[in-house]
Amino acid sequence: MRLRILDRGHGFGTKALFALIRTVSRQPVLDVIKLVKYRADFYGGPMSALTHEAMRGPSPWSVGDRELMAAFVAKTNQCEFCTKAHAAVAQGAYGDGKRASDLLSDLDTAAIEEPLRATLLLLGKLTREHAVHADDIRGVLAAGASRQQIEDALAVCFSFNVISRLADAFGFSVPGPEAFEAGAKYLLARGYR
Amino acid sequence: MSDIKQARASLVRRILEGVGNASPYERRAAFNNTVLDVTLGTLVDKVATHADRVIDEDIAAARESGFSEDQVFEIVVCAAVGQATRQYDTALAALEAGTRKE
Repeated sequence: MRLRILDRGHGFGTKALFALIRTVSRQPVLDVIKLVKYRADFYGGPMSALTHEAMRGPSPWSVGDRELMAAFVAKTNQCEFCTKAHAAVAQGAYGDGKRASDLLSDLDTAAIEEPLRATLLLLGKLTREHAVHADDIRGVLAAGASRQQIEDALAVCFSFNVISRLADAFGFSVPGPEAFEAGAKYLLARGYR
Repeated sequence: MSDIKQARASLVRRILEGVGNASPYERRAAFNNTVLDVTLGTLVDKVATHADRVIDEDIAAARESGFSEDQVFEIVVCAAVGQATRQYDTALAALEAGTRKE
């Protein structure tokens, strides 16, 4: 982590929580947790509430689909930490590791529903080019996605265009797969709050 | 997701208008990617446009130019939320235009 305060600047209670996490999970505390717990009133609190609503609130998209969108946005931003973290959550949510990995390795040929493919392409364009246009939206609607699905996907995209930027800017460490699997289990059981 | 707009507004209001170590002016400039200071502006622009290219030296340079770690933390958060907000607002406008009845 590039800022020492994000590694070691937490209060006593939070440090005790980190010790508990390390003991129970037998894994290091992920840097994303250190970030959201640092001065949580400034960023972590309001951002966690927003992300929980986007990822676990009512939506026509499944939890797995939304986690896949998060991983896809992160991959488009070339954020290794968030890509691996949310690919692991999508894999857990789907109960099918192949679906998440196929889609992230080649969206064009992956065997997925057209509304999801078209929505992911829209999120990829928005993330890469910072803009989309009415014709892009019409294309996604023509592929079978509803207006509500597009709106919900844009909320996921917002969250992970924030989080993946912070992961890269603050220099999150990328741990091994066991740590991401432990994190995925937590996020599937408890969500983002 | 009826609460998303409210949650997003709460986040933006907190980081821009709430108590912080960086001034409201500095946080707003980071959010808008309009920071005038060259060193800090370089970091903010990287966060907004190519966060994967931020390097240790970018953060170190901001610290050496007089910003505390807490100020850098706040400014980087504002830069990230600002860029994501511009993308999101652009996409919502496209959604409105793309679903408008002629």
